[in-house]
Amino acid sequence: MVALSTTVTRRFPPRKYVAGVVVVAWILLWAVLNGRDTLPLGGAQLTTVHTRLGEAADVIDANRNSNPLFLYLVNYIRLFLDTAVTFVQALISQPSFGRPVPLVGWLGVTGVATAIAYLYGNRKVAVLTAAGFASFGLLGLWEESMDTLALTLTAVVLSLVVGIPLGVWAGLSDRFNRIVTPVLDFMQTMPTFVYLAPLTLFFLIGPASATVATMIYAIPPAIRLTAHGIRQTPPATLEAAESLGVTGGQALRKVRLPLAKRTIVVGINQTIMAALSMATIAALIDAPGLGKTVLKALQTLDVGTAFNAGLAIVIMAIVLDRVTSAASRRVEIAHRTGRVGRPLLRRVEITVTAAVAAVLVYLSHTYVWAAEFPGDADLGSYVRRGADAASAWAQDALVAYTNGLKNFITSALLNPFEALLGGSPWWLIALAAAALALLLAGVRAALTAAVGCGLLVALGLWHDSMVTLASTLVATLLVMVLGVVLGVWMGRSDRVDRVLRPVLDAGQTMPAFVYLVPILGLFGATRFTAIIAAVVFAAPVSVKLVAEGVRGVPHTVVEAATAGGAGTWQLISKVQLPMARAAITLAASQGLIYVLSMVVVGGLVGAGALGYDVVAGFSQYQLRGKGLAAGLAIVVLGIMLDRIMRAAAARAGSPTASR
Amino acid sequence: MTVPSVAEQERPTTAPGGDRPTVLDVRGLWKVFGQRADRIVGTPLAALGRAELKRETGCVAAVRDVSFSVRRGEVFVVMGLSGSGKSTLVRCLNRLVEPTAGEVLLDGEDVLGYAGRRLRELRRHRFGMVFQHFGLLPHRRVLDNVAFGLEIRGVKKADRLARAQEVLELVGLAGFEGSYPDQLSGGMQQRVGLARALAVDPEVLFFDEPFSALDPLIRREMQNEVIRLHHEVGKTMIFITHDLSEALKLGDRILIMRDGELVQMGTPDEVVGAPADDYVRDFVSDVPRSDVLTLRWIMRDAAPDDPLDGPELSPDTVIRDAARTVLSAGRPVKVVRDGTLLGVVTAAEVLEVIAGPGGRD
Repeated sequence: MVALSTTVTRRFPPRKYVAGVVVVAWILLWAVLNGRDTLPLGGAQLTTVHTRLGEAADVIDANRNSNPLFLYLVNYIRLFLDTAVTFVQALISQPSFGRPVPLVGWLGVTGVATAIAYLYGNRKVAVLTAAGFASFGLLGLWEESMDTLALTLTAVVLSLVVGIPLGVWAGLSDRFNRIVTPVLDFMQTMPTFVYLAPLTLFFLIGPASATVATMIYAIPPAIRLTAHGIRQTPPATLEAAESLGVTGGQALRKVRLPLAKRTIVVGINQTIMAALSMATIAALIDAPGLGKTVLKALQTLDVGTAFNAGLAIVIMAIVLDRVTSAASRRVEIAHRTGRVGRPLLRRVEITVTAAVAAVLVYLSHTYVWAAEFPGDADLGSYVRRGADAASAWAQDALVAYTNGLKNFITSALLNPFEALLGGSPWWLIALAAAALALLLAGVRAALTAAVGCGLLVALGLWHDSMVTLASTLVATLLVMVLGVVLGVWMGRSDRVDRVLRPVLDAGQTMPAFVYLVPILGLFGATRFTAIIAAVVFAAPVSVKLVAEGVRGVPHTVVEAATAGGAGTWQLISKVQLPMARAAITLAASQGLIYVLSMVVVGGLVGAGALGYDVVAGFSQYQLRGKGLAAGLAIVVLGIMLDRIMRAAAARAGSPTASR
Repeated sequence: MTVPSVAEQERPTTAPGGDRPTVLDVRGLWKVFGQRADRIVGTPLAALGRAELKRETGCVAAVRDVSFSVRRGEVFVVMGLSGSGKSTLVRCLNRLVEPTAGEVLLDGEDVLGYAGRRLRELRRHRFGMVFQHFGLLPHRRVLDNVAFGLEIRGVKKADRLARAQEVLELVGLAGFEGSYPDQLSGGMQQRVGLARALAVDPEVLFFDEPFSALDPLIRREMQNEVIRLHHEVGKTMIFITHDLSEALKLGDRILIMRDGELVQMGTPDEVVGAPADDYVRDFVSDVPRSDVLTLRWIMRDAAPDDPLDGPELSPDTVIRDAARTVLSAGRPVKVVRDGTLLGVVTAAEVLEVIAGPGGRD
C-alpha cells in the first residue's frame, strides 16, 4: 500500500498540487453557481424525514406502557434510576419524609464530606472540602448544589458498579477488550448533547435520563483505566504467583487488583469529573441542580446569576478533583512505602472522625439551624451584582478590542468559509469533498465523504450542516493555531509548562457551561461567541498534545541540530514540528471532535444552524423530529471528519510511525 | 502445623552422590513456539536447523529433545547464553510454559499429564521458584510476601506468619519483616524471593538467573548464601545461569545448552577438562583450570623408577588445593582411592596446569 502510493506519487504531480487544483476549481465553480441547489430550510420548516422522526417519537411515547421492551425493561430501569436519585436527593437536598428539610442538613453533609476528605485524602483537602461546601451555602445555592451532587454521586456509583467489573473483564480477556474498545471510543467521541434527546424518548425527561446520559459519558474512563491497570500487572510478578500455584481468582484478588489500585483510583477521579460536567449539561433535559440555574440565566442573558452558579460548579469540580487526587496520591504513597501510619493510630483516627461526622449529621437532622443554611449570610447577591457590573464594564471598556477581534475573525475567516460552503450547490461540495478525501486519504475516505454528504442531504439539513461545518472549521483552525503556538512554547520551556498546565487542566475539568458566561458577557449572543466557547473548550487538549509531541522529540536529535548550528526558528520548523507531526495531527482530530461536541452549546448562545435546531427540538414539540435529525447530522459530520482526518494522518504519517 | 520446620530437614551427607535416587527425570523434552508447533516433533522437520525451521514453518524450537535427570539433594546447573532456551527449559518443568513433547517425571510420575487442581497442588507443595526480576508484590510487607505461597495454599494466618518469620531469619533478613520491597536493595529483594520459595518447603527449587540483575559483589554474596542454604536445608536445586563461573561454583553437575539443544552434561571438572566440542571449549577457555580440575585429570601412571614414599591425596582433590603439597613434596605424590594406587602427580604436571597458557592445548 505504502509502496504503491509512493510509486503513484512519482508518476503523477504531487497530491497537494492536485488537491490545490480541486480547491481552485471548486471556488471557480462556486463563483458561477453561487446560491444554486444549496437546499436551505427555514427555522420552522420541516421535511418528510423530520415529520417521520417526530411521528416515530410519538409512537414510542404512545406505546411506553404497552410495549414489552418498555414494560419489562426500560420502565424498570427508569424507575430504579429515578428512585435512586430521588433517594439521594431526599437525603441531602430535597424536603422529604414529611419534613420541611432533607434528612441531613448542611452541617451534616459538610461534616461527612470533610470526614471522607480527611480519611481518604489529607488535612489540606479536608479544609478545602469544608470551605467549598460552606461556600455553596454562602452563594445561596445550597439546594441546587446538593441536587447536582446527588445526581453526580448516583451516576458515579452506578458507573463504578458497572464499569469496574467490565474493566476487570476487559483487562483479563483480549477478546472482550477488542469488542469493548471501539464502543468506548464511540461513547467518548459522540457529542454529548446529541444523545440527550433520544434518551428522553426512552427514559422521559428527568433524573433517569440525566443519570443515563451522565453514565454514558462517565463510564468509559472507569472501564478503560481499570482494564489498563489489570493489564499492566508486571508479568514477572504474575509468573511468580503462578509458580506458587495460585488459582485464577487468587491471581485477580491478591495480585492484579491490588497492583491496579492506583490506576483504578485515577479512573474514579476521571469518572467523577466527567459525571459532574455531564450532570450540569443534563440540565437541558431538566436534570435538577446548578446546571439548570446556569441554563435559565443563559437563556435570559442574566450574566450575574449564571456566573454565581458557574462559580459553585467550579468550586465543586475543584473540591471533587482535589479530594480524589489526594486519595490516589495516598494510594500511591501506600504502594511505595507501605501503609500510612500505624494500624492502631489509624483505627483511632477513623473512629474519632466518624464519630464527629455522626454528631454533625445528628445535629443537622434535629435542629433547623444546622439543617437549613442560614439565609442572612448571602454572598451570592454580591457575586451576582459584581459579575453584572464587571460584565457591563468589560463590554463598555473592551468593546473596541472585542469587536475588533470579532469583526476580524468574522470577515476574514467565518464569512468566506460560510459563503463557500453555504453558497455552493450540494453536489459540488460532495464532489469536491470526495475528490479531496480521495487525494489526501484514499478510496475508503472518499467513500465515507460521499456517503456522509448523502446522509446530510437525506436528513434534510444540508444547508444548516454546511453553516455549522463552516464555524466548526474556523474554530478548529483557531484551536490548531493556539495548539501549535502554545504547545511548542510549552514543549520547549519547562517554565511555561509549569505556568500553563494548571490553566489548561482547569479549562479541561471545568464544565463547559461555566466559561460560556464570561464569553457571553464579552461578545454578546452571536455565532462568534459560540466559536470562542468551542475554542476555549477544545484548545487545552490540542495544546497538551502538541506540547507532548514536542517534548517527545529525542533530546539527542535536538542536541545534534543545535550542534550543527541550527537557530531557534530552524530548530522548531525543521526538527521539532516535523518530528511531532503525529502528535499534531492527533491534536487536530481531537480538537475537531471537541469543537463539534460544543455545537449544541453554541446553539444556546447565538449560533444558528444545527446547534439551534437541536436546542429548538428540546423546547418545541413540533420541532422534535427536526431536533433529532440535527443531532444525527452532527454525528454524521463528526464521524465523517474524524474518519477522513485519521486516514489522511495515517497516510501522511506512515514514514514516521503513528503513536 | 502443616509445614515442617527447617530443623526437621534431612541434611545432605556429601554433595554429588551418584548413588542417590533420581527426583526429576526429563525425557525427550521439546518446546516449539509458533502456530503449528505440535506438528513438528516426530517429523523430518524436527531435524532442521534453527534458521531453516523458522523459514519452513515460522516456528522456533526453544528446547530440542533435551533429556537429563536430577538426583535428590543435587545442585543441577543449566547454562547457556541468552536465547539458548535455558529459561524455557526450566519453565517447562513446572509448566509455566507448556512443553510441546516429552516427559517430566517427578518421582517416576509424569507431571505433564497434570491439569487444574493437581497442577496447582504440585506447584504449591513440591516446587518452588526464584525469578530473575524477583516478582515480589509491592503492596505487601516482606513478611506477607514470604508468606504468600502459604496463604494461597490456605495456611492459617498465625501459622504462615510464624513460618515466614523462620525462613526470613534463615536468609538473613530478620528485622526487615515490616519493610516493603521497594525499600530494599536488589540483593535483599532477592533474599525475599528466595525466602518466599523456601517458605513452602518445596522438594525442588528452581532458580531462573536469580542473580543476573545484581551487581557483582552482591552476586558473589548471594552465591555463597545459596551454597550455605544448600548445606543447611539440602534441597534439590535446578539453577539457570549464563555465567560460567557461577555454574562452576554452584553446580554439582552442569548442563550446557545451545540453540535449544543439550551440548554437554557433566561435573564442572568434566566440562572444563573434557569439553564436548569447540563451542564448550571456547566457553571454558578463560577458566583457571587449576581451580576446577582435580588430580584425576593430571595424574599419570607410576613409572617403575618413581619413588612411592610420597604423601597420598584423593583423586577428587582440586589441583590448586594440592599444589602446595605436590610442590613441596620433592617427589611424586600418590593419588589413592580406597587404598588403591591410581597414579602419581609431580610438580611438572601441576606447573603445566597452573602456568600453562590458559590451559589451552
